[in-house]
Amino acid sequence: MAAIDVRKKDAFKKKLPRFFQYLVLSIFTLIVLVPVVIMVFGALKTRGEMFTHPYTPPIPAHWENFAQILTTGSFWRMLGNSLIVMTAATVGVLIACSLAAFVFARMQFRGKELAFNFLTLGLMFPITVAIMPVYLVVRQMQLIDSLLAVILVQTAFGISGNTLILRGFFLSIPVELQDAAAIDGCSTFGFFWRILLPLARPALAAVGALTMIVSWNDLLTPLVLLNRDSLWTLPLGTMQFQGQYSSDLALTAAFVTLSALPAIIFYMFAQRQIVAGLTAGALKG
Amino acid sequence: MNIAQAPRRDEITLPTRNRSPRRTQDYVTIVLFLLPACILFLLFLVYPIFSSIYYSLYNWSGIGPAVNFVGLDNFKQILTDQVFIKAVGNCLLIVVLSLAIQLPMALAMAIMVGRDLPGRGFFRTIFFMPFVLSEVIAAIIWLSLLSPDPERGFINALLVLIPGVQAQNFLGDINAVMACVFVVLTWKYFGLHMLLYMAGLQNIPREIEEAAQIDGANRWQSIRYVTIPLLRSTIQTTMYLSVLGSLTQFNLIWIMTRGGPVNSSEVMATYMYRYAFIRFQLGYGSAVALVMLAICLIFSVAYLRLNRQSDPLSGI
Repeated sequence: MAAIDVRKKDAFKKKLPRFFQYLVLSIFTLIVLVPVVIMVFGALKTRGEMFTHPYTPPIPAHWENFAQILTTGSFWRMLGNSLIVMTAATVGVLIACSLAAFVFARMQFRGKELAFNFLTLGLMFPITVAIMPVYLVVRQMQLIDSLLAVILVQTAFGISGNTLILRGFFLSIPVELQDAAAIDGCSTFGFFWRILLPLARPALAAVGALTMIVSWNDLLTPLVLLNRDSLWTLPLGTMQFQGQYSSDLALTAAFVTLSALPAIIFYMFAQRQIVAGLTAGALKG
Repeated sequence: MNIAQAPRRDEITLPTRNRSPRRTQDYVTIVLFLLPACILFLLFLVYPIFSSIYYSLYNWSGIGPAVNFVGLDNFKQILTDQVFIKAVGNCLLIVVLSLAIQLPMALAMAIMVGRDLPGRGFFRTIFFMPFVLSEVIAAIIWLSLLSPDPERGFINALLVLIPGVQAQNFLGDINAVMACVFVVLTWKYFGLHMLLYMAGLQNIPREIEEAAQIDGANRWQSIRYVTIPLLRSTIQTTMYLSVLGSLTQFNLIWIMTRGGPVNSSEVMATYMYRYAFIRFQLGYGSAVALVMLAICLIFSVAYLRLNRQSDPLSGI
């Protein structure tokens, strides 16, 4: 009898921390999810329902808010602008950074260390700090009110961090591979293009996924560089929509839900790549 | 002649003025490969910063050339402006709160989840989700949650359920507004830091902690003297990201409060945006940008020196 008691106590002792762990995790899960869930609930209500019972589940669901937003052209235009900017900036970052990272990982030249340190200096200047000087330059170049300006600026500010990540990955690829390729008559560019890049696909995916998120969510660059509302990207448009329709909570909630949806879907499919991009160390190992 | 010279080409270690075709080709590759990154970097990072040094010496509204030279007056005005001092103070407040609350909380959660709690992947996915949403979306969601009207703001709806408690105007209260901003920042970025710590923990061999426990260390001791020291570089990197993010915070505050009420939630970036892009004092705005830049640079250099790291991301 006594032995069983002790065993029971042991089991209890082990289970109590587990219970406590899950309790804490559940509370945090609620704190993270409740704000989002309330917004989605609101999006599925009519304006009247929003006033009478704002926090209950929307039964029956009203899809009119979504329909109203999706049938006007502006949402689709913003979505399109965001897609253009995101795709171009990501391609730009991938090209510029993989080329530069290759040089810093594999080639020898005088002043390499200095040049690399100079390039990583950019890590210390987030876009917020530099947006004012950047605005002046973009204005000089007469590129205000063009998506190209947003793309170039986002690419430029992605260079430092992503070159660093890709260089780390390229360094982990054995030098012998390059020697073997050279003996077989492969040029430097041939090695980069036919051997290194295919090998670096996971690293490129990680850098790409992270750049996509950063570009998709960027507010400040389009806010400063774009005036015409036909060029607005989704975050900028969402902010303006909220300012304009702040009295219609249900409609705002629907707009915010729709604007969050692409990011959530992307997150569900590319979570592994995003995480790998953030934990660059995992790529090296 | 040719035969006599042939062996020399193999003596690569000797400094020679005659570059072999192979080396010349390499130099062409180097220049071509670095070109895109360097052009963008110089055009949109280096050149703008130097040109803003020039404009910061002028009183310039952005129309026509800058002619009204004022020397260092802009900087004098910034450093004596009570609102800017307040903005720097608010940035530092976010820095301190992040380092004292947000990061330790994320670390504690990461250690608690550990390596093999069933469902850890699920919780990581949930906690990290707000990071993927834009700050615009986070700000609008929380703007409505924090609404002073219990019929519109969920937090006040919960508060008024407690007997004797009245609805609070969180974002309209000069003493509460920064706390609210911090709550939203924590909601959004807590998961990122937890994720980085979880990845760092993954790299620590399990045997080391087990060895400590065999040597008689209790759970707390093994965390304090084994796990946390081994996570050092990850912790340093999250601190760097957190401080730099806090110093340059803009989106959340701009959407939620516009720096108000009465400048009580002003930060450096909102101050700069107001002068540069609303009042269109581009000379003064350039000066503010430079002061911000100097503050970030001082912090970054100090960080790298103190930690003897070559780049701030080396911990992740």
